[in-house]
Parts: sequence; C-alpha cells; structure tokens
Amino acid sequence: MTENSNSQKRRKFLTNLTKVVGGVGGIFALIPFLSTMSPSEKTKMAGAPIEIDISAITPGTFKIVEWRGKPVWVVHRTPEMLDIISKDVNYLADPESNNEQQPEYAQNKYRSVKPEFLVLLGVCTHLGCSPLYKPGENKDLGLDWKGGFFCPCHGSKFDLSGRVFKGMPAGTNLEVPPYYFASDTKLIVGEDRAS
Amino acid sequence: MSKFVAWIDERLPVSKFVKNHLSEYYAPKNFNFFYFFGSLALFVFIMQIVTGIFLTINYKPDAESAFASVEYIMRDVEWGWLIRYMHSTGASFFFIIIYLHMLRALMYGSYKKPRELLWLFGMFIFVLLMAEAFMGYLLPWGQMSYWGAQVIISLFGAIPFIGESLALWIRGDYVISDATLNRFFAFHVIALPLLLFGVIYLHIAALHTVGSNNPDGVEIKANKNPDGSPVDGIPFHPYYTVKDIFGLAVFLTIFMFVVFFMPEFGGFFLEKDNFVPADPLKTPEHIVPVWYFTPFYAILRAIPDKLGGVIAMGLAIFVLFLMPWIDRCKVKSIRYRSLTFKVLLTSFVVSFIGLGYIGMQAPTPILTALGRLFTFIYFAFFVVLYFTSKNEKTKPVPERVTMHG
Repeated sequence: MTENSNSQKRRKFLTNLTKVVGGVGGIFALIPFLSTMSPSEKTKMAGAPIEIDISAITPGTFKIVEWRGKPVWVVHRTPEMLDIISKDVNYLADPESNNEQQPEYAQNKYRSVKPEFLVLLGVCTHLGCSPLYKPGENKDLGLDWKGGFFCPCHGSKFDLSGRVFKGMPAGTNLEVPPYYFASDTKLIVGEDRAS
Repeated sequence: MSKFVAWIDERLPVSKFVKNHLSEYYAPKNFNFFYFFGSLALFVFIMQIVTGIFLTINYKPDAESAFASVEYIMRDVEWGWLIRYMHSTGASFFFIIIYLHMLRALMYGSYKKPRELLWLFGMFIFVLLMAEAFMGYLLPWGQMSYWGAQVIISLFGAIPFIGESLALWIRGDYVISDATLNRFFAFHVIALPLLLFGVIYLHIAALHTVGSNNPDGVEIKANKNPDGSPVDGIPFHPYYTVKDIFGLAVFLTIFMFVVFFMPEFGGFFLEKDNFVPADPLKTPEHIVPVWYFTPFYAILRAIPDKLGGVIAMGLAIFVLFLMPWIDRCKVKSIRYRSLTFKVLLTSFVVSFIGLGYIGMQAPTPILTALGRLFTFIYFAFFVVLYFTSKNEKTKPVPERVTMHG
C-alpha cells in the first residue's frame, strides 16, 4: 500500500504546515494587541522639554517641577553644602558617578553643570518612590547625617549630590536628566544644549 | 416534574452531573475546621464578582474622576457604601481564607501524589488573585494606590536589558497615569476574573477527579463498600453542604461585623493614605502594601540589591509551586510525621507571619536584620524539608480515617 502511505505522508505534511503557518500567523496577530499597551503618540508628545525659572530659588532652597509626570528637583546649594559634598566620600557607593546615571557634562562630584545648581530626577533608583529633601542635621537619619535625600519607602539615603550611600536598597545614584542653562535664570530640562 | 427532568436529562445530563458532583460525590467523613475554607473561598469569589459588577455601575476608570467616583459611591449612591465595603473587606478576607486553605494543604500533605496538579492549579489561582488584588487597589486612585503601583511596576524595571521597556509597556506611560488606571481596570474587571474562573473550574475538576485528602492523609478510595462507594466517605450533599452552610453562617457573621463596624480595620484593609487623592509629585512618608502582600514585600526589602530582592520575592512564590516535589515524604498528614517536620512547618509559619509584620513597618536596622533572618528561615524550610523528608521517621498511618480529633 505504498500509494496509501504516500498520501498519509502528504496529509501529515499538510497538517504540520498548517500548524506552523497558523502558529506564526497567530503570533503576528498578537502584535497589534500588545502594541495598544505601549505609550500612545499623545503620551510621547507630553514628554517634551520644559523651561524653569530659577531666579526665585534662593540658596539652600529647593523646587519641584513636573516633567514627563515625574518630579524634577532643582536645589540651590549653599557653599557649606558644596563643602560637605567635596569632603568625606567613604560612605558613598559610587562617589565618582561611574554609573551612567547622568549626562556626561554632569559626571563630576557635584553632578551638575553649575556646582550651586543641582538638577535631579526625584525618583528613587530602587523602586521609583520620590525621596524627601532633608537638609541639615537630622538625628532620625543617623548621627552622621549632614543633609541629603531620604527615601521613605525603603530607607535609601542619598547625599546632596544625589549619590547613594553604601548598603542601601537603591544601588545607583539618582538620575540627572538632560538639561542646560538657556540664560542665568532660565533652565531647560529634557534636552541637552547640543540638540 | 420528573417528566420535565427526564426531558432535560435527555438533552443535557443535569441529574447525572448532580449525582457525580454532589449527591454521590463522596468526601472523607473526618473533615475538620480547616476544610471550611475551600467552599468559603468559592463563596467570596462569587461575592467579589457580584459586588464588583455593582461597583462598576458607578465607578469611573479615569484619573481625573476615579477618586471622586469612589467617594460618590460612598456618599451619594444608595447603599453604595455597603457594596464598596463588602468588596474591599472581601479582598482581605479572600486572602485570610486562601492562606488558611494553603496552610491546610501544607499540614495534611494535600499537594502530594495524586494531587500535584490540584496544588498547581491552586497556586495559579493564588498568583492570579494577587494580580487581581494589586490591580484592584489602584482603582480608587488614592496616594497608596498610586505609590504602591509605582513600587510594584518598578520591580519589572529590575529585569536586565528588557526591564525598563517592559515597565513602560505595562504602564503605557513614563509614569503611572490615566493610561495605567484604564488598563488595570480592564484587567481587574474582565481579563483576570475570566482567567480566575477558568482556573478555579480546573481546580475543582481536578479535585473531583482525585477526591479530597483529609486530616489523616488516608486515601479513602482504597477501601470500598460492595457498591463501590468508599467506606470512609459520605456524600457531599447533604452532609458537607450542611456543614459548609454552617461555616458560611459563622463566616458571614464575622465578615459583616467587620463590614459594618470596622471596614478599614485600623488601616489594614483600607490604608489611611488612600483617603488622599493620588499625587505623582509627593510620596507618602511611609509606603506599605496591603497586609496580604507584606510577607513577600518584606522579603523584597530584606535583600540589599534591587534585582536580588525582586528575584528573592519571585522565588518565594515560585518555590511553593514545587512543594509536591520538594516534600518527598510518603506520609501525607502532619499527624503521622516526624518532629522535624512539625518544627519546620511551625518555623515556616512563624517566619511568614513575622515577615508580614515587618513588611508593614518602616525600615529600621533591627527590623531589617530580623527580616533577613525570617527570609532565611522561609527559604531554609524548603531546603531542609527536601533533604529531611526523603528518609523521614514517621509514625504508622492507620488503614482507615480516625474520628478523634
């Protein structure tokens, strides 16, 4: 019965071919469904750069602005704060900012373009909570606390440059968004000067 | 009437179904307290579906109006507060019931051959239920809804390479936003309940194929009457329907007491921060998930590394799936097992509760250390059990079920 077994073979081949083609087609059919869950065009548009007036931020104070729905911090650091930052770095996990958590122009110990102005994304690098600004000494945060940021969710600590302490749930420094100074009082967050 | 039944039976075997699954479905006669929770879980599932349907009638899945629509349900919709509190309290009670149901399985070895698949379906239900509860918690759009979701979705960001894009895809935005709320609503009210319904069906189908285990861990099918029914079995209906209805009455008394008099349950069932509308720019001082997630959350926090924490938390749930193969002891019930097993299971339960407590507290050095200890015990349970259960010194298991305790 060679003829019969031949037709069996052909039938099996056609069945398998149908399975493969149908399976591949099924996978491709998933694309439109899964894509509807990606950020929409409107959402992407809302990610455009923003302009911040920094003239009102006096030394030692801090301002939160929203960019892409996330808090952006602008801290005007005093000379004393800058002094603390440049001193002891033993308790920091990444004092030189070797992790790419900032644009190149902010890879320095102050993690900023102008030392006195710190611009950071106020989002904890652990699980995305927004840390709190705790300047000055604070016994609740340890006797050696000299000011910085404290995440209330899981207790991560960052110094006044957004550099994370050693042994914290968060493993990397706070992210510096792309920014530049358009003038002495105007800060643009969301793009580099080059672009 | 019998003519009508016969007419139906010719077209759909309803009488046969009732016989197979109720009036001639035999369950062991020695069920105890712990055997209330299966049927109670089914009841709460149906209650959540019904109250949920009535909540969607007035709820608005929109970031601008979600919080206000929940307040509208609470204040202006007639009896809306009752429906909403039944739903929110139901979520917590669902987990109390499920945890006791799982503890029962651990105590009496209900995951062992031939019930491995039954256990796996149960674990899938547990995972789906956690997803369902998590997504439902975002819907009131309070501070804790918002920041809780922020924390949990960020967990996906810890996955190397694809993590960030995966988290973006889940949120549908750079942050938790209206897009996220909308899709969570869709999952919470359609996708996950449908899946749950399917897996619960499979769970019960698998149960009725192999039959219930019991506090003695004796297979009642091994010992049959001449008519083929198990000697130690009694028909589910009327014996266990009556038992379960009694259990339900007690349950509803406690449940409705909470609904009426303490629906927030001191911030455990409904957290205080969730009475503040979501604010993307301000994290609450102290973020904690709802109590039923805190044991796993404490494991996450115990590991001082983001990816490591996420892996440990995932592993804590995943390892439970493997119970039928980790516990290699042939004896099922804790009644006839060694002291080692009793100590192990007790320390597991203690560490689970301890982790649950720690997960609710603000992180302090002492609690973190304690959390690490409990995390260690949690995982050590499975490792030690794997090695000790193979040649465990057990007591003789009786031929028939016992009725003394």
